[in-house]
Amino acid sequence: MFISSLIDQRKSNNSTMTREPSKENIVGKSTVENREQVHIDITHKKFRFSDYLAEKVIKGVAFLSITIIVLIFFFVFREAFPIFSSSKEVTATTGKIVQEAQETYGAVTDQPVKEEPQETYGAVTDSSQAQEQYGVQTNDTSITSDPSDTYTVSAGSGFDDNQSAINTLLTKDWVPVSEKPRYGILALIIGTFKITLISMLFAAPLAILAAIYTAMFANKKMKEIIKPTIELLAGFPSVVIGFFALMVMATFLQEIFHYETRLNSFVGGIAMGIAAIPIIFTITEDALTAVPKSYFEASLAIGASKWQTAFFVILPAATPGIFAAILLGIGRVFGETMIALMATGNAAMMDLNPFNSVRTLAATIGAEMAEVVFGDTHYNVLFLIGSLLFIFTFILNAIAEFYVKGKLMKRIQGK
Amino acid sequence: MINKFNKNVKGVVIEGITLVSALIIIAIVIIMLTVIIIGGKDQLSWEFLTSFPTDGMTKGGIFPAIYGTVFLVIIMSIAAVPFGTITAIYLTEYAKEESIIAKTIRFAVRTLAVIPSIIYGLFGLGFFIKFVGTKVDSIFYGGALTWGQPNLLWASLTMSLLTLPVVIVSVEEALKTVPQELRAGSLALGATKWQTIWKIVLPGSISGIMTGTILAVSRGAGEVAPILFTGAAYYIATLPGVGDQFMVLGYHIYVLTTQSANVDQTLPIQFGTTCVLLLLTFILNLTAVILRYRIRKKKTN
Repeated sequence: MFISSLIDQRKSNNSTMTREPSKENIVGKSTVENREQVHIDITHKKFRFSDYLAEKVIKGVAFLSITIIVLIFFFVFREAFPIFSSSKEVTATTGKIVQEAQETYGAVTDQPVKEEPQETYGAVTDSSQAQEQYGVQTNDTSITSDPSDTYTVSAGSGFDDNQSAINTLLTKDWVPVSEKPRYGILALIIGTFKITLISMLFAAPLAILAAIYTAMFANKKMKEIIKPTIELLAGFPSVVIGFFALMVMATFLQEIFHYETRLNSFVGGIAMGIAAIPIIFTITEDALTAVPKSYFEASLAIGASKWQTAFFVILPAATPGIFAAILLGIGRVFGETMIALMATGNAAMMDLNPFNSVRTLAATIGAEMAEVVFGDTHYNVLFLIGSLLFIFTFILNAIAEFYVKGKLMKRIQGK
Repeated sequence: MINKFNKNVKGVVIEGITLVSALIIIAIVIIMLTVIIIGGKDQLSWEFLTSFPTDGMTKGGIFPAIYGTVFLVIIMSIAAVPFGTITAIYLTEYAKEESIIAKTIRFAVRTLAVIPSIIYGLFGLGFFIKFVGTKVDSIFYGGALTWGQPNLLWASLTMSLLTLPVVIVSVEEALKTVPQELRAGSLALGATKWQTIWKIVLPGSISGIMTGTILAVSRGAGEVAPILFTGAAYYIATLPGVGDQFMVLGYHIYVLTTQSANVDQTLPIQFGTTCVLLLLTFILNLTAVILRYRIRKKKTN
């Protein structure tokens, strides 16, 4: 506001400044002044234009982040959409798929590198294999264009009618590559929630208590140790945390708790908790320090001790912020891919035992996307899982952003 | 008397609990650092850093992975830093704090920051490779497969979307530390708004832009999920160009630990690679943290 009013002032100043000398020139005292006047006029106009241009360009670029969100929304859903189209549309889309596959089959052949490292070692594109895969695919599309056949699949690529894929979505079997592929995502969803719960039970108390310590009790020196450490932890790549969990923590925890499977949701949950600690800590600490100092002083003045103030005055006032911190922590764990891939065992089992292996939604995408055929039902289902993840984190963030912030502001302002 | 004593004990215990939680977190960080550095330090040598993998990935160095990582973060920074900086300039200099546009952009930036990285991978595949790539192929290459497949360029651009919020947030923070008096003074002297930004505000916040870039590079070097299917490869015999698949440190760790046939045999290499990646991000982050604390100090002064 301050700046804009300044600009307005400057605008009017400028205009008067340019007008005044021109009047003098009309009176006609010297040609030198006249030339100067022309000079000022040109530069003046030129600057205005570049300023205008700069503002428009900057504004345009600033919209990029919104555009990206919209594009992500659109393209992730676009690839997931064919599952929901009816059988007639399926024939139409499969036609398209053949074309797309033609264009992109090289990408598919690049990927099996992961599966058979020995075979493709050194030679990335194996053309004979490519031919094979492509052949299989066309066979499949011709079969699938027959809508009466529900479970028609040819061995190998796991092609399936889209309608039956929808029917199997809400079951617990995740068997995407088989004679009779089933895309039951229930086990994956429950596995994801299980691991999220474990990681939150581990990370939330730890991070919140540490944040309380940092915001309320710590002296300056401790603060200067804790905060940078947390920032460094936030900078740890998740693949490094995953590696640590897989190589060191899994063995260590197994020795303590004596469970059977070495990689399970417990190990994965703890590792993801480590990844979520910085987020929860930072937001909680921000919320705690945002509580006005007068609360603190008033409470101490009435005779409450420091810890009473911290737990009965500051903490309740900052609850919405802590709630937001936990929500964003959940969002982080929910979409965590590398730790889930490396430390959870990756077996889609539907139970509530924390010492069994799980497979999360994100890990499923990460593990299988590289090996599917573009346009396959399996491919679409993976994108559908991606859309689920996207919607879920989007909603979590929106709640944290709007609801919580409004509440926090109200509480702090004492309304 | 007893009551007061109880109260004090309670206070000490509760404060102790919070202190212990803070110490546990610090301990976790230190343990992770030491375990990985001790495990990998024997592996670290000039040869390890500069040679290609040999003997079916069980021996040799990680040079292609380092090269790929550096290449990736360079292209990523070229894409992310200018756009991030400009967005931050718009948010702090042009948009009014309460306007709907500014609020929407802020919300979008925060959403970008919390979207799981794997979603960026999906987006990179769906948008860059399958949409842009295939379009480019059909227009310029007559449908021949050139850009419509995973490669370094698409992976870098995907990664730049992921690191965009990091840049925006850091630069915004730095722009806010430039005193209003400087802007006002510049405008009062007759400079236009753009001149003020270009000559006064941006030079004053160069350290913030640096911090943002460093943090973005560190994030980009460590993330694996977005490049899983937009360009990372298990092994490439030659150094990649922009249009090739590439090796990258994080993916190298992932593949060696989970996809390789002889995990135990490659254990030293795994620790070595993790150590290199961790030290790389650690040093970058440390620099960013120090820079950032300087900026914050400047602000409080």
